[in-house]
Amino acid sequence: MTLKDQLEKIRQERRESIKEVGDLKGLDALRVELLGKKGPITQALRGMKDLPAEERPQFGQFANHVRDELQSAIEAKRDELKQAVLNKRLQEEKIDVTLPGKPVAQGQPHVIQQIVDQIEDLFIGMGYQVLSGPEVEEDKYNFEMMNLPKDHPARDMQDTFYITKEILMRTQTSPMQARTLEKHDFSQGPLKMISPGVVYRRDTDDPTHSHQFHQVEGIVIDKHITMADLKGTLQLVAHELFGDRFDIRLRPSYFPFTEPSVEADITCFNCGGKGCAVCKYTGWIEVLGAGMVHPNVLKIAGVDPEVYGGFAFGLGPDRFAMLKYGVDDIRNFYLNDVRFLTQFSKKG
Amino acid sequence: MKISYSWLNEYLDLKVAPQDLAEKIERSSVEVDEVVQPSAGLKKIVVGKIMSMAPHPDSDHLNVCQVDIGEDELSQIVCGAPNVETGKKVIVALPGSRIANNVKIKRSKMRGVVSNGMICALDEIGFEKDVVPKEWSEGIYFLPEDAEIGAPVYSYIGMDDYLIDVDVTPNRGDMLSVYGVANDLGAIYNQTPNLNHPSVEEIDTATSDKVQLDVDDQVAPIYKMRIVENVKIQASPLWLQIKLWNAGVRPINNVVDVTNYILIKYGQPLHAFDYNKFDGNVVTARYAKAGETLTTLDEEERELDPHDIVIADSQKPIALAGVMGGLNSEIDDQTTTVAIESAVFTPTLIRKTAQRHNLHTSAAQHFERGVNRGGVEEALDAAAQMMHELANGEVLSGIETGASYDVKDEVIDITLTRINHVLGTTLTADQVTQIFKQLGFGVSLSDETFKVTVPPRRWDIHIPADLLEEVARIYGYDEIPATLPSGPTTLGKLTEKQVLIRSSRQLLEALGLNQAISYSLTTADKAGHFMMRDSHETELSWPMTADHTTLRMNLISGLLDDIAYNNARHVKDVALYEQGRVFYKDSADQVRPSEVEHIAGAVSGQLVVDPLRNAKANAVDFYQLKGIVEQYLTNLAIKGDVEFVATDRYPEMHPGRTADILIHGHNVGFIGQIHPLTAESYKINETYVFELNLDALLEMPKEMNQYQAISKYPAVTRDVALLVDKTVTNAEILAQINKRGGAYLKSVHLFDVYAGKNVPNGKQSLAYTLTYQNPQDTLTDDEVNQAFEKVQATLVKELGAEIR
Ligand SMILES: [Zn+2]
Repeated sequence: MTLKDQLEKIRQERRESIKEVGDLKGLDALRVELLGKKGPITQALRGMKDLPAEERPQFGQFANHVRDELQSAIEAKRDELKQAVLNKRLQEEKIDVTLPGKPVAQGQPHVIQQIVDQIEDLFIGMGYQVLSGPEVEEDKYNFEMMNLPKDHPARDMQDTFYITKEILMRTQTSPMQARTLEKHDFSQGPLKMISPGVVYRRDTDDPTHSHQFHQVEGIVIDKHITMADLKGTLQLVAHELFGDRFDIRLRPSYFPFTEPSVEADITCFNCGGKGCAVCKYTGWIEVLGAGMVHPNVLKIAGVDPEVYGGFAFGLGPDRFAMLKYGVDDIRNFYLNDVRFLTQFSKKG
Repeated sequence: MKISYSWLNEYLDLKVAPQDLAEKIERSSVEVDEVVQPSAGLKKIVVGKIMSMAPHPDSDHLNVCQVDIGEDELSQIVCGAPNVETGKKVIVALPGSRIANNVKIKRSKMRGVVSNGMICALDEIGFEKDVVPKEWSEGIYFLPEDAEIGAPVYSYIGMDDYLIDVDVTPNRGDMLSVYGVANDLGAIYNQTPNLNHPSVEEIDTATSDKVQLDVDDQVAPIYKMRIVENVKIQASPLWLQIKLWNAGVRPINNVVDVTNYILIKYGQPLHAFDYNKFDGNVVTARYAKAGETLTTLDEEERELDPHDIVIADSQKPIALAGVMGGLNSEIDDQTTTVAIESAVFTPTLIRKTAQRHNLHTSAAQHFERGVNRGGVEEALDAAAQMMHELANGEVLSGIETGASYDVKDEVIDITLTRINHVLGTTLTADQVTQIFKQLGFGVSLSDETFKVTVPPRRWDIHIPADLLEEVARIYGYDEIPATLPSGPTTLGKLTEKQVLIRSSRQLLEALGLNQAISYSLTTADKAGHFMMRDSHETELSWPMTADHTTLRMNLISGLLDDIAYNNARHVKDVALYEQGRVFYKDSADQVRPSEVEHIAGAVSGQLVVDPLRNAKANAVDFYQLKGIVEQYLTNLAIKGDVEFVATDRYPEMHPGRTADILIHGHNVGFIGQIHPLTAESYKINETYVFELNLDALLEMPKEMNQYQAISKYPAVTRDVALLVDKTVTNAEILAQINKRGGAYLKSVHLFDVYAGKNVPNGKQSLAYTLTYQNPQDTLTDDEVNQAFEKVQATLVKELGAEIR
């Protein structure tokens, strides 16, 4: 058998044996045995020196060819074996993707806070400051500076928790308006502010009354502020908080600190304005009070009502939340049942 | 106040349905609570005539009546009313009818006798018991003789009318009368209401011969009286009774009814006295005298306060002025001479008198809100003339006046520019003039200034802003455009403090706590729990309930109430935080408490509820909550070392599981487990809490240099395990390591704590990883080993540690 025939035979046989190797370890052993220094190809190449000189290049070429061929057969087999191992592992690693995800710690802002934040952000965007005053107020700021002198019959409208004759739990966040009006320097520009916070009324807690609730009062004072501006601003609040399909309408009302005073109604949440039992078939629901700041309020605070004027409004986040989500008992907001609190987490 | 639609129609030509009218009133004047038709919900109730009746064979109080109901045959109806009488026309509820409270009437047998329906009393068809005239309160009602047999009864007793219940704001006292509403609707619909002015037929005798008035004009700025003699007291005609009961007023007799009618019609409260019950002929309006008493018409004997205002004769008080008459001068069946008082009393005095005696009568409410000072005489004249017409009375000539003054129109100037400037409208002078005219105000225009003359019937209008409201509401709020404020730009942004408060909330939410909002007013006990500093309490002077009497001085007690609420409903896993104010007083006589922003958390059960884990093993512990607080403080970027120092100074906290939280040595709050006894009293499960003075945190300097370049030189770590006494704390070990750690010690982490098997009694094993790094160069083994050995030696020497 010629050297070439021997080589050819190695090629034939080993090609088959590579195919039959079952694992990477065997393949490595085979590679060392076949292509190593003592392997048959190296042996064959060593025998080349006995060949005639003119045959040597051709044989050398052939031997290299055989070695390369076997080499790539081994590499191919290696890839195949690796893939099989990987496939087996992936198969074993299969899980039930329908098992539940691992819970994470995630708290929620209170629903009323969400509404207050939303209102704050809306007004900040329009250049308002956010100011919060004391919850324990002086009669002077809560009532007298809001054009409600001691004997004013409208004081019956809001029953008050008094601490002393002159000190009380604020019944509205508007005292902050009085405090700010007193200090504001109009030469530095208009006053635009909202004051969010907790307020208190001497009420018995029931589904529609709470002795503690929230208010966001707002006030704008400048030289050219109109009732139309108030209407536009309230419309914006309705759109922002509830959506564009909600509209605002104004009705005459009475507050000692505004003149004219209006009550604002919003499109009924339940029927969308068609009329239903919730809105007493009017299509509208009363949501807030507002008006043009009473000249007396400006005067008391040392602001000239001939030059300056503006509007004020009072928003009720508790009422908004009740309407928006259909919460039928205001006490839910202050009992903090976690089953209640965690429902208002969707941000979409 | 309930305003009758048909009554309004006597003065106006209302072309709109009652519901639409109500809507218009609501959009233009005052709120409307509801519109009701008294007959609503009633069915098949007709006029019947009792043709004959016989006693029921098996009853001593029932009668079997044969009733003509306009059909071919008489209908047999069993009736138990004591006043049932042959020949009377009565209210018959037919079989299949519906009466008050949605009760259905069927053909039935009463003790064996067939009854085809029921003969009704007024309250059975929906009248409130307290408006049914006394005469009819114990039996069935007799309809007028001319009522048509078989016809529905409603129109005969005013039940087909519509009643508009207006909720009048304090400023619109003028809307508390039919005239007032008619005037306002006249303005809205541009009609002049046809209001009839009374003329009085008088006899020759002068009023002044009979009565003299002595009036303190501080008590009553206007006080007038007329005398009507020879009145014949009897029931009022049905038309008048209907007007009264539809307004919710019980008809009594023709004299009293007239005063009530005038009140409803004009809004002027009147009072009728029995003149013959006066002592002397001088009537006084004055403050009460100490020790005086008066039995009012409600038969209450009242001790009068010297601040009360009264009407008195020469001997005694005869009325609580403007609030309620006295029993001693009451009109009764024998009355022949009536003194009618028409007055204006000072609103604040009325208000206080009414409050003191808890007598918020209709008259008092009218006086409190004011009355038309220009209409006092007109109301008096109308009343006198009616008593002449309805009670055959003779009206003495002239009005006695105890106090009066010239009630003037209010004249207010306002410019067109001002109107459009404030309302944001583009009204013309003609439009505005027209609106003032519709309102019945005088108006003249020069240049662009309106001179507006407002009659006294609109006593709420004094200043230009009041006129703006009139223009806006008559023009219509829907017509006003919607714009946004223009003018100089202002900067809107949260203050630094507001930003930090918001961040605080968001951080704690991200760490798993839900925001709670609890009541700031709590019990005196709870207000004083978990006190971080000394403080006097702030109490309400007149609380509503015992649960809310005192302002909180901590947030935790509110959160524990919340947890109790949850636990009681079998919700065991509760993780809450609250951001809010606590109220401190340094001394009992501090005027206003200082309000400090706090933030607190409370966790009971599992923080992260994992159904796949054992709830007990997964329950929150001190260290989990501490982790939250540490992370929160880290994120707040407060500059300075945070220390947790064991404390037993809070009686409501577990003495071995509570720590004060110190930053830079300043106490800012505490953390720990609720004392088992406290937990028991709050009715809560095992709970861990923290409370921090947020104002203090906000004021602390913040770490502004948040970024450090990451060293490209490798860090080297060494682990050390120590055996120390159990009394040695982690903080003490860390302090020693940090003190002797050397320049390159970057951080120290505890990675194992162990006591138990293989550790001697009273000892514990702690293991730390020390990380060394030189930001400028690669550390050599020698450098690290040297530093590490120094630390180990220190631990042995200072803490008696055994290195393992
Ligand atoms: Zn609706």
